[in-house]
Amino acid sequence: MTNTNTPLVEMKNISISFGGIHAVDNASIDLFPGEVVALLGHNGAGKSTLIKILSGAYRRDAGEIFINGTPSDINNPRDAKKYGIETIYQTLAVADNVDAAANLYLGRELRTAWGTLDDVAMEAKTREVMGRLNPNFQRFKEPVKALSGGQRQSVAIARAILFDARILIMDEPTAALGPQETAQVGELILQLKREGIGIFLISHDIHDVFDLADRVFVMKNGRVVGHARTQDVTKDEVLGMIILGKVPPNAISGPGAMQVA
Amino acid sequence: MADMTNTTPYSSARQATEPPLKRFFRATEIDTRLLGMVGALLIIWVGFQLLTDGLFLTPRNLWNLTVQTSSVAVMATGMVLIIVTRNIDLSVGSVLGFCGIVMGVLQAKILPQYLGLDSTQIWVIALVCGVIVGGAIGALHGVIIAFFSVPSFIVTLGGLLVWRGATWFVTSGQTVAPMNPTFRLMGGGTEGSIGATASWIVGLLACVAVIAALLKARQQRKRFGFPRRPVWAEYFLAVISCGLVLGAVAVANSYYWPINIARKYADANGITWPETGLLIPHGIAIPVLMAIAVGIVMTFVATRLRFGRYVFAIGGNPEAAELAGIKTRWVTVRIFALMGVLCAIAAAISTARLNAATNAQGELDELYTIAAAVIGGTSLAGGTGTIAGAMLGALVMQSLQSGMVLLGIDSPLQRIVVGVVLVVAVWLDTVYRARAR
Repeated sequence: MTNTNTPLVEMKNISISFGGIHAVDNASIDLFPGEVVALLGHNGAGKSTLIKILSGAYRRDAGEIFINGTPSDINNPRDAKKYGIETIYQTLAVADNVDAAANLYLGRELRTAWGTLDDVAMEAKTREVMGRLNPNFQRFKEPVKALSGGQRQSVAIARAILFDARILIMDEPTAALGPQETAQVGELILQLKREGIGIFLISHDIHDVFDLADRVFVMKNGRVVGHARTQDVTKDEVLGMIILGKVPPNAISGPGAMQVA
Repeated sequence: MADMTNTTPYSSARQATEPPLKRFFRATEIDTRLLGMVGALLIIWVGFQLLTDGLFLTPRNLWNLTVQTSSVAVMATGMVLIIVTRNIDLSVGSVLGFCGIVMGVLQAKILPQYLGLDSTQIWVIALVCGVIVGGAIGALHGVIIAFFSVPSFIVTLGGLLVWRGATWFVTSGQTVAPMNPTFRLMGGGTEGSIGATASWIVGLLACVAVIAALLKARQQRKRFGFPRRPVWAEYFLAVISCGLVLGAVAVANSYYWPINIARKYADANGITWPETGLLIPHGIAIPVLMAIAVGIVMTFVATRLRFGRYVFAIGGNPEAAELAGIKTRWVTVRIFALMGVLCAIAAAISTARLNAATNAQGELDELYTIAAAVIGGTSLAGGTGTIAGAMLGALVMQSLQSGMVLLGIDSPLQRIVVGVVLVVAVWLDTVYRARAR
């Protein structure tokens, strides 16, 4: 991965606090086109919060976000979508009571010339996208709550790629899945990467993401411990970063790194 | 014939292994829950028919039943959307009262001064003003709920008291009567019905619309290569729906004007009074037509428009809806404004029927409206509910009341029965949902 061109996303010195607690403190991360960046850290390390600022769910207190090198104003999920940022949430943010097509197009429904919902067109496109992602998927007419975890996950992913996302954020993408489905999601990530999409993977489990990622960022107590290319470090070294905040020699340390006396 | 069966191997394989009854429901895509409600309604009707020695299932009683149902049915359609989004509106009865008194004062006291007593514009202006007032009150509730984050239960509980009090203040508690003659048509009665010929025309138009909708849906599915219903199921649906529509028209047309009114009408129009008596059919009552129109529009809004899609998505998962970029707060405001408008329409029906606007109008209607929506399958947990179910729920409630009146049951006991039925209906629904899962 050449770091000479402009990053797709650059979040600089981001801070946010909730009632006096610094959930994210002066954190900076970046992402290049066609790159998979894993954001690691314990539960409560601030990684989900940081990424929710990028996806517009939270508003930052301080810091700047650059998309393709230009400063960007992201205040709500709609703004983020305008920049081609799509998010797949840990909680699988799908509306359980409506079908797959309704979820895929939620907030961006296709409409007929009369201004009514074009359900047939949406279902046709849904069948096409889902056929590519998960050919076994057949339950188009049923509410999403009737689906299995993997099927729901494929609905959530289909929703993100349906609108030509350039930046994809996946928060614990495989947490709710079985081994086979996890492998499927892995393949999908590699496929999207080849298409030049930048992907943030967020996880507290290094094994989920280490093999998929080009680089890792590690967060601890709301601060970035450091980052490294996965080819330069071992899993154990990254674990050391996650648990102790100890930065190995091949990694670049951040503000959250353990101070060596 | 390729047309006869579904095109995907998945559904045809499934069909072959299913028992006939299940296959029938899958083929016709009839909502079994709704069918259960129709069954319950029929049981209630037949039960009262037996208990009252044949007084219940007469054209006259059925016609009255539909007229009495229309006001609550109109409001129940809006209550569905409110409950679907995990809110509640306790103020609908009071808003109905307030809109009613505003429309009453306008048409009985203010407008005649400028337009003369019999101007036909009066009813339009009164109705439009009522709708605006209702919509504004609903929007105000919605803004407080969505933007000030006060729970809807509290906002509308406050509204229940505020608007009932405001109703009193408009006329210092006096009843306003009579209503404008044209306005009164919205209340039904001999004048407020459309007669036999027009009723048949409405019925036939409805049949044409049903068949056209079935054809259109089939065509669309064919165009995109989706599974279609078997042809026999399409015919079955068409025959049943048209049969129901025309049957209902036939019932409405076999309720004739009372002899006194018919005699007056004959005298006024120079018709000689025949030996056998003059049989003038009522036909469909105007308030019933209004309620049906509201039901169709609301079903369209709930299922065909983006707004309706958002309402259900918010009910299913508010967080997901917000993250998908839906302006959930504005949707809430619009839902409550819509509820206010429906209260005003219900107020028009109710004041027109009573031929007066009183300060007690619509008392307890909020409870009947909520009960109708809930009996009709709207889940208080949010996310599920249908307009048709709620209107059917309103009919169930009214059937119970009407039947008990015919049986001469005292009103305290009526309330006890209605209350018990509500709880039992919701319990049955919970059992049904648990098994369906």
